[in-house]
Amino acid sequence: MTSGTDNQLPAAAAALRAHPPAVSAARARRWGSFFYAEQVLRVMRGYFWSFIMYSIAQPAAYLFAMGVGLATLVDANGAAAFGGVSYLEFIAPALIVSAAVMTASGEFSYPIMDGFKWRRVFYGPHASPLVPQQIAAGHVIAVTLKFLVQSVAYFVIVALFGGSPGAWGWMSALVATVAGLSFGLPLMAYASSITKDSGQFALVQRFIVVPLFLFSGTFFPLDSLPVAVRWIGWISPVWHGTELGRVFTYGMEENPVLTVVHVAYLLAAAAAGWILTRRQFVKRMGQ
Amino acid sequence: MNPDAVIRAELLRKNYGDVAAVDGISFEVPPGESFGLLGPNGAGKSTTMKMIGGVSQRSSGKLTIMGLDPDVNGPEVRAHLGVVPQQDNLDEELKVRENLIVYGRYFGLPLSYLRPKADELLEFAQLTDKAKSRVDALSGGMKRRLTIARSLINEPKILLLDEPTTGLDPQARHILWDRLFRLKEQGVTLILTTHYMDEAEQLCDRLIVVDKGHIMAEGSPASLIREHSTREVLELRFGSERNATIGAELQGVGERLETLPDRVLIYADDGEAALEQVSARGLRPLTSLVRRSSLEDVFLRLTGRSLVD
Repeated sequence: MTSGTDNQLPAAAAALRAHPPAVSAARARRWGSFFYAEQVLRVMRGYFWSFIMYSIAQPAAYLFAMGVGLATLVDANGAAAFGGVSYLEFIAPALIVSAAVMTASGEFSYPIMDGFKWRRVFYGPHASPLVPQQIAAGHVIAVTLKFLVQSVAYFVIVALFGGSPGAWGWMSALVATVAGLSFGLPLMAYASSITKDSGQFALVQRFIVVPLFLFSGTFFPLDSLPVAVRWIGWISPVWHGTELGRVFTYGMEENPVLTVVHVAYLLAAAAAGWILTRRQFVKRMGQ
Repeated sequence: MNPDAVIRAELLRKNYGDVAAVDGISFEVPPGESFGLLGPNGAGKSTTMKMIGGVSQRSSGKLTIMGLDPDVNGPEVRAHLGVVPQQDNLDEELKVRENLIVYGRYFGLPLSYLRPKADELLEFAQLTDKAKSRVDALSGGMKRRLTIARSLINEPKILLLDEPTTGLDPQARHILWDRLFRLKEQGVTLILTTHYMDEAEQLCDRLIVVDKGHIMAEGSPASLIREHSTREVLELRFGSERNATIGAELQGVGERLETLPDRVLIYADDGEAALEQVSARGLRPLTSLVRRSSLEDVFLRLTGRSLVD
């Protein structure tokens, strides 16, 4: 060993001291959810380019096909059906919300099963000072950020296509984020209760996500559907989010009570989902 | 009662429904000791480890880690510990070095500490050249070493290892033992479950043998062998047809006799002398072997030979 190394070693060793356990515990109690969110974001970073492509290419394709292609036909035949706005303006807020809900259906299903069962990644931090509810919260925080980035990107592209004439249009990105949570958190609660994978998530995708996408006033106003199936829209976060988005992007005229109902519904579904998720995480990891 | 004990369990019990996985066990671990829990599958070892690790609530009894109750002060208890679980749960999608850094963040450790510490631990785990590899590209032994490195990121004074070498090849096991032995030399308290007896003999200062949630025996490997077995064991094979019948003719040789389908074991302090007695009775085994008594003999004696699934 050279004398240079000898000189450096004690200094390096002195600098490299972990803080005492009590400090770790205090920091974890206070910031633990964010510590776990950091982990999820680091994993997401591995998929950065595919996320960027998805966040730009998918909106651009949808807006071009629906907002330009289909819209030419629709606008020529009955703009009045959409409250006097162009078809592009009508569907743009719906597409932003639907994209967030689609992302939610991915981020709050398989990764939860992965955390508990497949690669058991939740159990690593579980042995650290973090508590189960912080692990759940960290996942939610990271995914919420993803919704936000994705929705803002979607909104910017909508604006470039001329799909958001109002000054408050940017609020639709926030609405989409909340809609993503109001669908995603109940799904997360369900995913965290599953102990055996027998294709439940594929069923959720086919029989819940797709119908919500199609029958939530996305491509046509909900009241043009028969009354018998309108309830799908009423219980759908996609519909509540879409209607709220329309109020912001082009000032859709709506009874203010209904606007309050949209906000309350989205928040209540997200809150209920979170309470159940939290309970499920604590129960499952404390056994 | 040892006032310095870092872990103290009194009548510790854990029930799952009507089944008592851990049925009122008591033990103490002083600082710096290497303490082993031995037992067949389902004995309650992992459940005990989870309670010590502050991730599973006990049903009754007392338990303190560094004087803290893990059911009340979970984060504070876990901040003292390093944990190597039975199943690796590394972040497979992150790089090797990043796994260490992310884990350190859970303890609120700053990056200025974590970056050099991660490099130091990679060196310790002989994984420096894999720092930028993805975890899913590592072999089983490398993953295990990385899990151990990860458990040391917060410089714990107590390290919990649940079957640390299960599934590893002999080379990988020996490297791991060497690393664990170094930690022990640095004064880290090791709590270890295993069903490899050689591992327990190598690493443990003291151990408890657990079966069906109870402690069957407690002591150092040498004292357990002294207490529950003889100094040597003579293994004789007469062919599977004859082993059972010949047992009767061997009565009185050694201190104890055990007839198995494939061989006959004679427990004696002097194996060679026992072998001479066998020859003197005109019996000619196909093969004979005198070996020292091991912890495995103690274990099988205490927990039986029938298979536990």
